[in-house]
Amino acid sequence: MLSRKIEIAVGMFVVLGVAALFFLALRVSGITFDGERPTYTLYAQFTDVGGLNTRSRVTLAGVPIGQVRNIRLDPDALMAEVEMAIYKEVSTIPLDSSISIRTAGLLGENYLSVSPGGDLEYLQDGDSFESTSGALNIESLVNQFVSGQK
Amino acid sequence: MLDGLQGLGRATLDGLASLGRSVVFVLSVIANLPSWGGFLLMVRQVYAVGVLSLVIIMVSGLFIGMVLGLQGYNVLIDYGSEESVGQMIALTLVRELGPVVTALLFAGRAGSALTAEIGLMKATEQLSSLEMMGVDPLRRVIAPRLMAGFFAMPVLALIFSMVGIWGGKMVAVDWLGVYDGSYWGNMQGSVGFWDDVMNGIIKSIVFGWVCAWIAVYQGYDLVPTSEGIARATTRTVVYSSLAVLGLDFILTAIMFGD
Repeated sequence: MLSRKIEIAVGMFVVLGVAALFFLALRVSGITFDGERPTYTLYAQFTDVGGLNTRSRVTLAGVPIGQVRNIRLDPDALMAEVEMAIYKEVSTIPLDSSISIRTAGLLGENYLSVSPGGDLEYLQDGDSFESTSGALNIESLVNQFVSGQK
Repeated sequence: MLDGLQGLGRATLDGLASLGRSVVFVLSVIANLPSWGGFLLMVRQVYAVGVLSLVIIMVSGLFIGMVLGLQGYNVLIDYGSEESVGQMIALTLVRELGPVVTALLFAGRAGSALTAEIGLMKATEQLSSLEMMGVDPLRRVIAPRLMAGFFAMPVLALIFSMVGIWGGKMVAVDWLGVYDGSYWGNMQGSVGFWDDVMNGIIKSIVFGWVCAWIAVYQGYDLVPTSEGIARATTRTVVYSSLAVLGLDFILTAIMFGD
């Protein structure tokens, strides 16, 4: 028969392991259990998406309101078409809002930032942003500066 | 010349045969896993390989986390981004050092003991006596040890990472003065549960399998002399370490290499 001490020690070992898992999940990775929030789809076309990729954040006033789901080339317009999933609870983005690609910090990752307009109509599922501005390309800026073009 | 070639061929064939034997061995262990009665035997082995390894795992984890905190802080302060030290510590530990260092320590602390124990049982003919009594030594002796290693390794790796992150916090936050909120906040912003923590757990499960397998097989297959036991114990540690480091590269390439 197993001695009781060993049983207790193994039990504590398992409890410690589960505690470590919870610690890593909650404290370290900050997992949230409302993972699948209902979303609707908006589109935007950019001349240059820079370092934007799928799962990049979409923010409004700095608050995340969704993420990029897909980026593809629109072969007719020769522009990048970005498909994003916006949380259902953020349903009041004015129709004339503009969207731009920003960089977090000087060298950070790219994300999308929505600047709300003043229209009384709201963007619906499947709509596109009219006014967009693409990623700031530091190389082309430097090139312009060096060659003296405006 | 001819002797050399012969030796090379024999060594290759011996290696292949040994690999084949070990696969047959582990398959036959899995094929007749003990039922409920064997579970109690496994608990005792979890105590031997898991609980008794806890101290070395926790102390190593603490110091590795503290060193990471100190080194990371000293590099990151040059760029004014010492707030990211928590992110660096957590990603390093959860993805790499947690599973790998735990597996290396596990091979040295528990694997070698398993090999020596089973080897001595074989040398003193306890295994054949069991067989004489109609008890299958694979079921009674080997399987609980294999399963215990398999189970204990991920738990140890989780504990290692937790203690390491805590040790890093002690150095970076409590000693060097990184702001507590950004230590945890940057960490939570960059560590994903499925991408990082789960992949680390998968790694530690694989390493646990490999270490336990090598340890019990080397014990079961050794030449039953005192020299044979010594050699097999060494082989356990060497093979386990090499297998863990090699597999770590492959797993990392699969998980993070796209």
